[in-house]
Amino acid sequence: MFDFRLEQRRFISPWLIVFAPVGAVMFSFLVASILILLAGANPLESYFKLFLGAFGSKNALAETLTRSTPIILTGLAAAIAFRAKFWNIGAEGQLYAGALAVTFFGTGLIELPTLLMIPFLFLMGALAGGLLLLPLVLLRNYYRVDEVVTTLLTNFIIVLLVGYLLEGPWKDPMALGWPQGESVIDEGILPQIVSRTRLHLGFIISIGTAMIIWLLLSKTVLGYRIKAVGINPAASHHAGVPVVKTVIIVALLSGGMAGMAGVTETAGLKGYLTLDLSPGFGYAGIAVAMLAGLHPIGVIFSGIFLASIYVGADAMSRAVNVPTYLADVIVALTVLFVLFSIVILKFRIVFGGVKP
Amino acid sequence: MILDFVEILFTAGFWAATIRIACPLIFATLGELICERAGVLNLGIEGIMSIGAMVGWMSVYQGADLYSGVLIAAFVGGLFGLLHAIFSVYLGASQHVTGIGITMLASSIGFFSFKLLLPKSTTPPKIEPFQPIEVPFLSEIPFFGEALFQHTPFTYLAIISVIFIFWVINRTPYGLSIKMAGENPMALEAQGIDVLFVRATAVIFGSALMAVGGAYLTMSAFDAFYFGMVNGRGWIAIALVIFASWKPERALFGALLFAGLDAYQVRAQQLVGAMIPYQFFLMMPFFLSIVAMILAAKNTRYPKALLIPFRRGERH
Repeated sequence: MFDFRLEQRRFISPWLIVFAPVGAVMFSFLVASILILLAGANPLESYFKLFLGAFGSKNALAETLTRSTPIILTGLAAAIAFRAKFWNIGAEGQLYAGALAVTFFGTGLIELPTLLMIPFLFLMGALAGGLLLLPLVLLRNYYRVDEVVTTLLTNFIIVLLVGYLLEGPWKDPMALGWPQGESVIDEGILPQIVSRTRLHLGFIISIGTAMIIWLLLSKTVLGYRIKAVGINPAASHHAGVPVVKTVIIVALLSGGMAGMAGVTETAGLKGYLTLDLSPGFGYAGIAVAMLAGLHPIGVIFSGIFLASIYVGADAMSRAVNVPTYLADVIVALTVLFVLFSIVILKFRIVFGGVKP
Repeated sequence: MILDFVEILFTAGFWAATIRIACPLIFATLGELICERAGVLNLGIEGIMSIGAMVGWMSVYQGADLYSGVLIAAFVGGLFGLLHAIFSVYLGASQHVTGIGITMLASSIGFFSFKLLLPKSTTPPKIEPFQPIEVPFLSEIPFFGEALFQHTPFTYLAIISVIFIFWVINRTPYGLSIKMAGENPMALEAQGIDVLFVRATAVIFGSALMAVGGAYLTMSAFDAFYFGMVNGRGWIAIALVIFASWKPERALFGALLFAGLDAYQVRAQQLVGAMIPYQFFLMMPFFLSIVAMILAAKNTRYPKALLIPFRRGERH
């Protein structure tokens, strides 16, 4: 069946490299338009409404950038981990761990001036995210326990823990019946950066983090080691790369950045911890990282782009009556088409010539 | 007090519940097991279960009979399996990323179509699910009758599938080629067998089973579809496959053990009351899965070619 084989390309046209992610996105929109037609709407009109909803006004643009803040961070978390072939699918749980750290330290336990309080909260959030991943990476390295499954399962445990804390000991008595945490003290709140919008300092911090990760990956020995471990752990070991140590550092960085996403949402967007703090930002990060080709600077753009789809889909749904889940379908399709483009970049599909 | 905790084990209701809870896990674990035996990790499981739950339920809600509903769910699961196979088997793309993409796609399409077909439903509508049938004579045996022989036909189907999959894998030429595709695909190709075809069909059958596991939730265990109702069962099934050392009979045992602990904790929860918050009980299955993986880790022997794409005519 399927009479074809894959032949390694000797020469990759630069045109193809540029077109690949763009093409992946275009095909995703094209395929998703089938669902729009099924919903009885006009795809072009729907996509126009989606675009307007994401970029059509100062407020819309600010909302898109606000939404991109956590998914740039979870995107970086996935990008650095996947580069080392460490499959951290637990960014969702690590995000909540970061949010728990903010609620624990930031609601009155520690009081510092703003200039110290904000870095302190980010540090604690990153530590919480990283520490949550630490036992899992150790289990992976020393007991060969698959990290894909353990990180996924941990997401559920953490979300239940958040539920318990918010309905029990950490519940804000002032919140009328809603399970939510106490408010972060004023010194810890990330300041607004564009007046009369929700865009906050967290956005700048996520861009800065992407820059730092880019420098780390391209200019340091650690960055080189991460790359080597991802390509071939056994050969890296022979070449003297401390493989286990490198993977542990990658895990701490990855979990740390996912934890920072919890900080931006708790101390920036909402001001307190809620049960619906993250509508799947951890999982969206995987799509962000893939679309960016695991490149940290690319993550900034793909993060803003995917955020625009989520934000725009809300407006589109109101205007043309297409369920907002269309955004999730588009994002999922993007992951698959990017994957397809990666194969096409490496191989030529040659039809025929295969003996049955 | 302590006696109360022991007494739970001697109620037929506990054993009946164990079997009920085990069923979706049995289907899903068998499905994942077939994929992995052929050398393909299928992380699409969570999403495929979710769309199976939606499609099976929706078909019945729109007027299909229950058995057609199960078949339609299996068919849709198979389609997503085909999509998975095109990427992971024929194109040799990363199995991790393919699976995550499939999970995202299957669940979002499921939610999208649910919202599209029932835009205004705030309380999920219900269907008439599979009803328990009492096996003649056997169901009248005290204790065992209630525990084992008063289940829905869907439950018996789960047990039959374990036997069927065991037979396919261990007693048929196709099962042998699945095992070879996962252990030594080069040798399989040398026999003149199309490795990619074997792997692709395994992923398609496996995915169909996962979708049936999802459909069990909406058509036998409950009678409605909720968002997020699969709730990590797919990931738990992946842990169970490892715990079961890729053997169908052990998968049955693992799923029953797991479901037994789950059924037990629900009953224990009623005894301790509010002393321990309910969230900690809900965490148990996820903790247990991680513990099961750690316990199994020492003796784990993954199929040798798992995660390794096979390319035709290439020397490895």
